[in-house]
Order: sequence, then structure tokens, then C-alpha cells
Amino acid sequence: MEDVLDVRGLRMRYGGTDVLSDVSFAARRGEVLALLGPNGAGKTTTIEILEGFRMRSAGEVRVLGADPARAGEAWRARTGVVLQSWRDHAKWQVRELLAHLGRYYAPYSTADVTRPWDADDLLETVGLAPQARKRVRDLSGGQRRRLDVAIGIVGRPELLFLDEPTAGFDPEARRDFHDLVRRLAGREEAAILLTTHDLDEAERLADRILILSGGTIIADGSAGELARAMPGRSEVRWSRDGQRFAHAADDATAFVRELFRQYGESVGDLEVRRASLEDTYLALVRQAEQGSPRTLTAVTA
Amino acid sequence: MNPALAAARAGLSRGWIELRQTLTTRADLFGLLFRIGALLAVMIWTRHTHVPGTNFSLGTTTLVSVLGLNVVVSGVVTMGDLLVAEREDGTLLRAKAIPNGMSGYLLGKVVSTSGQVALTVAVTLLVGAFLFTGLAIGRPGGWLTLAWVLVLGLLATLPAGAVLGSLFPSQRSAGPWWLLLLGGLSAISGIFYPITHLPAFLRWIGELFPVYWLGLGMRSALLPNAMATVEVGHSWRHLATFGVLSAWAVAGLLLAPAVLRRTARRESGSTVAARREKAMRT
Repeated sequence: MEDVLDVRGLRMRYGGTDVLSDVSFAARRGEVLALLGPNGAGKTTTIEILEGFRMRSAGEVRVLGADPARAGEAWRARTGVVLQSWRDHAKWQVRELLAHLGRYYAPYSTADVTRPWDADDLLETVGLAPQARKRVRDLSGGQRRRLDVAIGIVGRPELLFLDEPTAGFDPEARRDFHDLVRRLAGREEAAILLTTHDLDEAERLADRILILSGGTIIADGSAGELARAMPGRSEVRWSRDGQRFAHAADDATAFVRELFRQYGESVGDLEVRRASLEDTYLALVRQAEQGSPRTLTAVTA
Repeated sequence: MNPALAAARAGLSRGWIELRQTLTTRADLFGLLFRIGALLAVMIWTRHTHVPGTNFSLGTTTLVSVLGLNVVVSGVVTMGDLLVAEREDGTLLRAKAIPNGMSGYLLGKVVSTSGQVALTVAVTLLVGAFLFTGLAIGRPGGWLTLAWVLVLGLLATLPAGAVLGSLFPSQRSAGPWWLLLLGGLSAISGIFYPITHLPAFLRWIGELFPVYWLGLGMRSALLPNAMATVEVGHSWRHLATFGVLSAWAVAGLLLAPAVLRRTARRESGSTVAARREKAMRT
């Protein structure tokens, strides 16, 4: 099946500098991709180019089989963009706005996908049913973000873009949001591309993590694959005779085997902690910034 | 259903929803009624002053002319200002993110703005009929003239408003320009005093813009025919009115889509976010 996203050698120049020098990756249906990277690495630029909101300088970009810089309204109907609301549509009632924006998608229904998503059903899905008749300006911050998500998916997109979707969420709202994203990717088979600063979020949500640094993708794989492929040390903790020990091991399995061979049953409270995504991420970004670019591709399509 | 038709229907319903919101939001409704009230109150002061060379009420004449000015205010300023504001707050970006959303958005604006103009004219005439003498609102021909002047006037001004609205970077920077533009134009367009008393070159400048012709068209529709004698050439000049307003409409309709496309193309999540941050800092 054709890839939902296929990016090759994407480049973006502002003035004399390359914000993106060579970005390449792909995504399949129903796949959740998290784009990570330090501030200014070009995450938002990348996502806006794929949304068709920004022109690229060079490179091959296919989104749902079309070039987003030239794609038409039928293509637009198959994508969803979650935008951060500010004070737009303040006087509109929640249900009224959702039903109105849904109308534009009706001509783009296919045998497989009925568009738009029924407004009441969608309000139920994002947990805004009790607020259906409230005006948008009377919503709390969290409710407003849920409405943003609802607007992004009202056309039942095959590909959804989320740029820092949970910035400013409290932990509960964040959990609800994560459930919603997983459901979308599962039941609706939508591919999802999200940018985030929250590594925990990326690990929980994404099937695949892309790390963008220095204008290029320096890592591409699942959280586990990235951690395994990274020569990070695992931390081993144990206790013996009431005393606690810790050791950073390159090969944790061999170390533990040796530990048991020497001390046998007196070893207790054993814990082996593999390098976390955070450790991997920091190590990779540091490496890239020090100018020893070492592309780590755990998964090749 | 055809996508263009779906967008057209969505646009019409958008315009209707926005018009209803204006009428049910206290501050908006108050603003609308206040404008009409202030207009009537000011004209009442000059009710007993006569148009020079006649014994016709200057207040009645000005009331009718100001209805013409109101079309320009709504068409250019309201439309332009809304476009600046809604570009700033991300409404335009939302429209861009949905299929045919921009067309629906614009049609919605045209409908809601035209609706406000129609309402203003209706309420003003209804109240004015009781308070002012000399309004000629009993002639079917007059209503016909009113209808085509209004429609053509909106066609001439709404696209111009959209173009101007695309040029201003922010709502705050737009404010003084609107005032200057309208103040200057109404002074040389015979809204508050007959244009025949102006130096010829100012009169010519005034005649280049829709304000003068909308005022004249309104006067021709709502004042007795005899009042044509105080106008330029002692005539209502319907043909010239039609010509100038049509020229503005054609130019605007040709120019506006390209300008709007250019503006919309530059919108993205990060441009809206940057403006939001700027607005919150200041």
C-alpha cells in the first residue's frame, strides 16, 4: 500500500541558512509518528510544509499521494489539522461550529469513509457533549483544546497533524487526550504526525519516533528500538547483606549473570533499568550538536 | 453534492449564523442600534435648516445621504476590519484548513455584512418616516432604485474592503487609516452638504469614489424628484451612478480573489501563534 507520508531530501532555506537541510521519512496508514527535537530544530516548519501551509525550498514531498504545495481541495478534505484556538469563533456555539465546519466535507464522502463525522457523536467522543450549546468563548482552556481536536477530525482525516497538542494541559486532560489519539489511530486508521517536547508523551503515543536536529532526522524508530540501538549504559541496582549497590553496565545481562555466579542467593532487590528515551534523546542530540552526526536508523522501511 | 455548491450553502448559512449572532449578542446589537440612533439624533438637529436654494429640510437630505455613506462604512470598513481581525485571531487559518473553506468564509462575510446594511437601512427609514418630513418612500420606482443602488453599492465596496483588509498588518494599525479615509471622502462627497459648493477639483476627486455616488443614488431613491435641481447638472445621473459603481465592482471582484489568495497563502499555525504572543506581550 502507498505510504501516507513520503518525504525525501526536504530542504528549507531562510535567508542564507538551512533550517532543514535533508529530511527524509515515511509513514503508513494508522501509524502514529512523533517528531521530537530541540527548539528551533524545524519541527513546526516541517509540519507546516506537509500541511501545505508553507512552501519548501527543495526536496520530494508526497502527502496522501500528492504534493501538498499544489494539492487541491479534495486532498485537503482527507487531511486534518489541529490548530490552537485563540479567540476565533468566540460567539459560536460549540455544536453549531462543529456542524458548520463539517458541512464542507460532505461532498468528499467515499464508500469507505462517511464524511463529516456526526457532530453529536464527535462531541461525545471528545467529551464535550455537556458543552454543546455553550459559546466557544465560555469554554475552559482544556475544553477549548478538545474542541480544536474535534475540528481537526470532523472530516475523518486519513492523516492528522498535531503541533504540540498538549502544551498547557493538566495531567488528566493529557491522559484523556492520549486515549483519544490512540483511538483515532486504532479505530479510524488515521495516520498521525505530532510534534512534542514531552518525551513521555512521545513514548506513550508514538509507534515511531523521529528526532530532528541540525536540520536532519538523526533517529527514526520505536522508543525501544532507539534505546537498544543506542550504546547507552543500563543501570543495575541490587542489595547484599543489607547494603545497597548500583553499577552502570554496558552489558547488563552479562553483569547480572556474573553477579549471581559470585554471590548467589545473597543478592536481593535486583533492578535493571535500560537507558530511558530521555537518556537516548539527550545523548543523540548532544552528539549531533557536537558535530559528529551519526544517523541512527533502527527501522528502515 | 458538488463541492462548490456545498461550500456556497455553507457560506450562506455561515452568513446567516453570524448575522443572528450580531442580533443576539448584547454588545453588537447595542452598537448597531447606537449607530442608527446617533444618526437620527444628529439629523434631527438640522431638521429645520433648509438645503441652500430650496425650502427642503437639510436633515432629511443628510439622513438619506448618510445611508449611502453607511453602505461604504459597512462594505469597506466593517468588511476590511473583520478580515484584519480574523486573520489575526486564526479564523482565516481555520477556513484555509478545510476544503473550500475560504470561499465559504468570504460568502459568509458578504451575507452577514449585507444583512447588517439592509437592517440599518430598514430601521432608519422606518423611524425616519415618522420623524422627518419630505421622505419620498411611497413610490415603487424609488424602491427599485434603492434596491439596485444598495446591491451595486455592496458589490462595489465589499471587495474593496477585502483588499484593504488584506493590506493592513494588524487591527490596531488599521484604525486611524479607516477614519482618515472615510472622514476625507465624506467631506468631498456631498454627504453633509451639497457637492456643488465645493471647488471643482475637489468635486472631481469626490466623483472618483463610490461614497458620492451611493449618496446620490440614495437621494434619488428616497427624496422627491424636484430635489435633483440642487445636484450637479440638475440631474440624479443614474447612468453615471451605475457606471462608476459598476467599475468599482468589476475592479474589486477582479482584484480581491488574487489579493485574498496571497494573504491566505501566508497564514500558518506559526504566524498566528506569533501574533498571539505579540498581542499578549503588549
